[in-house]
Amino acid sequence: MLNSNAGQPQALSALQPYIEKGRQYAERVLALSNDSFEKTLAVAFALCLVGAILVAGSAVALKPLQQINKSRDEKVNILEVAGLLDKDTNIDEAFRNIEPRIVDLATGDYVDTVDARSYDQWKAAKDPALSAAIPPEKDTANIRRKPNQAKVYLVKEAGQLKSLILPVNGYGLWSTMFGFIALEADAQTVVGMNLYDQAETPGLGGEVVNPKWKALWKGKKVYNFTGKELHESNLTEKGQAIEIGEVALGLVKGGVEPGKPGAEFQVDALAGATLTSRGVSNLVQYWMSKEGYGVYLAKIRTGKI
Amino acid sequence: MNKEHTKVLVDPLVDNNPITLQVLGICSALAVTSQLSTALIMSLALTSVTAFSSAGIALIRNHVPGSIRIIAQMVIIASLVIVVDQMLKAFAYEISKQLSVFVGLIITNCIVMGRAEAYAMKNPPLESFLDGIGNGLGYSLILITVATVREVLGAGKLLGIDVLPLLKDGGWYVPNGLLLLPPSAFFLIGLLIWAVRTWKPQQVEKPDFAIVPAHGEAH
Amino acid sequence: MEAYINLFIKSVFIENMALSFFLGMCTFIAVSKKIETAVGLGIAVVIVQTLTVPANNLIYSFLLKEGALSWAGLQDVNLSFIALMACIGVIAAIVQILEMVLDKFFPALYNALGIFLPLITVNCAILAGSLFMIERDYAFGESVVYGVGSGFGWALAITAMAGVREKLKYSDVPPGLRGLGITFITAGLMAMGFMAFSGIQL
Repeated sequence: MLNSNAGQPQALSALQPYIEKGRQYAERVLALSNDSFEKTLAVAFALCLVGAILVAGSAVALKPLQQINKSRDEKVNILEVAGLLDKDTNIDEAFRNIEPRIVDLATGDYVDTVDARSYDQWKAAKDPALSAAIPPEKDTANIRRKPNQAKVYLVKEAGQLKSLILPVNGYGLWSTMFGFIALEADAQTVVGMNLYDQAETPGLGGEVVNPKWKALWKGKKVYNFTGKELHESNLTEKGQAIEIGEVALGLVKGGVEPGKPGAEFQVDALAGATLTSRGVSNLVQYWMSKEGYGVYLAKIRTGKI
Repeated sequence: MNKEHTKVLVDPLVDNNPITLQVLGICSALAVTSQLSTALIMSLALTSVTAFSSAGIALIRNHVPGSIRIIAQMVIIASLVIVVDQMLKAFAYEISKQLSVFVGLIITNCIVMGRAEAYAMKNPPLESFLDGIGNGLGYSLILITVATVREVLGAGKLLGIDVLPLLKDGGWYVPNGLLLLPPSAFFLIGLLIWAVRTWKPQQVEKPDFAIVPAHGEAH
Repeated sequence: MEAYINLFIKSVFIENMALSFFLGMCTFIAVSKKIETAVGLGIAVVIVQTLTVPANNLIYSFLLKEGALSWAGLQDVNLSFIALMACIGVIAAIVQILEMVLDKFFPALYNALGIFLPLITVNCAILAGSLFMIERDYAFGESVVYGVGSGFGWALAITAMAGVREKLKYSDVPPGLRGLGITFITAGLMAMGFMAFSGIQL
């Protein structure tokens, strides 16, 4: 009834009687005692209206900017874990070589019926139609639900696969950590680890974001192969008895001696952050196992896809 | 700006500081002070919200019915906070990620509500705006002090820049891990209060019971 | 059932609202001078938390979150940005209603609680309870348990603090630290004590 700011003079003059009525009403209401029922209602309504316009207005107007920020942030995280992020990297340019694909976790096959660009793996994990609850004894990363399909990123160079970027998550001490782990095309050597979303203790568990610690991951190996796995005949379809190697990659306390056997599977744990470190080990071991990307990676390694 | 306005602005810095005297706004003072950058952003956000909400509430103070007084204040405060939150997400995404839950908690930050009730409901908009700024500045002062101590001595950095070379990076400083944990903020604020009250004895609380001197001893 | 007990114990000790997350500090420090008032406020907080967390859960599930309005045929509407205001509105309303109910049916309790009932509306721990419930996506049953647990944890903390402060009245505290200063330091020590619970997996 009030507050109509129509542009044209013609429309304005047509609304004049209403504006007058509105003004008179406002004056009358303002003159009422504060505790009268009508005034209470009028004030409440007016406040809600103004509040709603402010809030909804800013949410809607700023949404495009926020979306851009969010997707840019994700691209930055992916480029960073792939080792492709420099100070002057043009984000969109660099991201052109990165192709998102959907992978079915159980079979390890690509799924092309789902739009890769818009798929949100972590949102799908909460949707009962697109995910499954993990039985407690298998839930070593403490994430409760697992999506049926994951969104991996293939980094290509001159048409050839250069590295794979896999989203991972797992519970640390205070929060569920979300991140990406990047592997080379051999699906065995680590390129990088980036836990971009975590709320661990700053300075202790929160050091997972420290570039010096993240650099320790480069070159580490994920799987311990005893030799049997590379035989074609051992690799069966549909997740049955697949030999995908024992996941040996993990964090160890007390430092890693480069020469010792087994060092290629070990990353130095974070000082003073036992539980966060354990959480990181757990999430790596969960997602690299048969429960996570194990089947998919086995197929990449044996050239099946 | 006349003398009255200056008083409104300057009082909350030490003489009537929201954290060290009025006991308002403590929760966020503990949680966001592990790094100076988050403390600065939080200070800015809180100062602007308190100033504008106090001004807004002062504008309608004569027409707010008693039965919906608190809710009316909250609607104004909450709307402002949501707008600030949306703006942070649009223009300062990195920082909004760190502040996440706490931006929402500005709504129930006692300083905003406390000043609304204690000042804005009884004073005109301009003075209320200044009172909001003053209290925001007082809050910021404490936050920045605590955050500086915690970040420098706890991590050897200030605003992310290395200030004290850490032992693990080849330097000499072994960081004080306790300062990175929230309880340290309690201790630091306690010590700050001690310092302020030693400087301004009029803020010292009177004891409930005096200790009786032992027989034969003068105290 | 076991999951509920775990959630309860977790929210009382391991994720104590006052001493692990430092929420509701203003009233925690200001109202803990005497044990009677602390207990009174604690009980009020438990009641409000038990009512508001499930109520907000229902509103969020059926009205606000993405796809929540599908029962009305509006699948694509996502009103989650209003969650903050809706939670507060519910809290303010429930506190107001509780005040009126107590005044009518339990006047003795109403008088004992006095000013503390409206003070609960601005207690950050109450709002945080609802916000954590949304962030962690609790079901209705879990919301009830979380509401009771988190409220009880806060009440436990403030009662403990009041107990300590009552003893401190007889101590020879330096003038500058008297009252507020020593309370902060005590709270810090209590918080460190509660850190012993962190990381316990049930």
